Amino acid sequence: MRRQLLFTALGAAIALTSPLAGAAGDELNFDAYREMLADGNPAELLEMEGEELWRTARGPKNATLEQCDLGRGPGVVEGAAAQLPRYFADTDKVQDLESRLMHCMEAQQGIPSAEIINGQFLKGERGKLAALVAYVVTHSKGKPIAIDLSHPRVKEMYDMGERAFRYRTGAMDFACSSCHSQDGKRIRATQLPNITKPEGAAEGWSSWPAYRVSNSQFWTMQHRLWDCFRQQRTAEPVFASDVTIALSVFMAGKGNGAEARWPGVKR
Amino acid sequence: MASPMRIRAAAKDGVTEVRVLMSHVMETGQRKDSSGAVIPAHFITELTAKHNDRLVLAAEFGPSVSTNPYLAFKFAGGAKGDKLVVSWVDNKGDSRSDEVQIA
Repeated sequence: MRRQLLFTALGAAIALTSPLAGAAGDELNFDAYREMLADGNPAELLEMEGEELWRTARGPKNATLEQCDLGRGPGVVEGAAAQLPRYFADTDKVQDLESRLMHCMEAQQGIPSAEIINGQFLKGERGKLAALVAYVVTHSKGKPIAIDLSHPRVKEMYDMGERAFRYRTGAMDFACSSCHSQDGKRIRATQLPNITKPEGAAEGWSSWPAYRVSNSQFWTMQHRLWDCFRQQRTAEPVFASDVTIALSVFMAGKGNGAEARWPGVKR
Repeated sequence: MASPMRIRAAAKDGVTEVRVLMSHVMETGQRKDSSGAVIPAHFITELTAKHNDRLVLAAEFGPSVSTNPYLAFKFAGGAKGDKLVVSWVDNKGDSRSDEVQIA
């Protein structure tokens, strides 16, 4: 049986290198690798943890999140993520999944949002929030992305997001669009979606949150956007701030109609 | 206490395919933290899978296996509703055992 295990591992190693070896020039393609990884996506472990957190009474108010309204009614998780960000009347804000969950954690469980905003990625309450994200997005897998751009507040955020996307700043005078407005570009082996087109925006939006195999971390869209700012060498955005939500609305709204593939798996 | 595994087991034409996702740091003992101190080795050493009470897989794991390991294997036999138990032990003596019904 050990021999069989070894054989399987060897087979996997060969299969992993072949897309690279067979790729010519700019055709570096990790799709086959990603496909292999998707079967055992460890994001599922986060999803299990998130489901547990959703149902566990926690915080100063010792409450669960089962009454949390993600936009489809209190406690409805099914398909909720595919329709976020959206406008919420109770907070009078356009909120993405992270900011909405953060609101629920504060309103229902009494966990102060400041603790998450001032915290670090993958740690403490912000780490728990990521597990909740994994749980919620998994229940939108295969659903079409449906952002309601007819709402004036959402449209306002979309326009703000587009401006932020094209706004050049930082030590290198980069905008998001510097890397994400042409087809077929990549950084090292990572293909960069062209977010100015619906297909590219959908590609970006529908593949995060994702588990990154190279560092064994699960990254939410907030985490991904924060890292884009960091790579841009500019001021890092405040967690769940308007600019991050605006960029999300822009990307999600442009990708409307595409199928959500959450949670993703990345190299 | 270790986190639960996700186990999926499906029987088809007398063969059961099992897919297991384990939650484990799998530290090699070769890495250092930001202050330069060695992060102690912490990895799964042994894994067993039992169909009802029959041992169908025994494996030795080591530090070269990735964080959150994924294991897929097939064994002859097994029917819908049968019990499948996967257990592991790590080098710190921590262990985890999870059970599923074959689908």
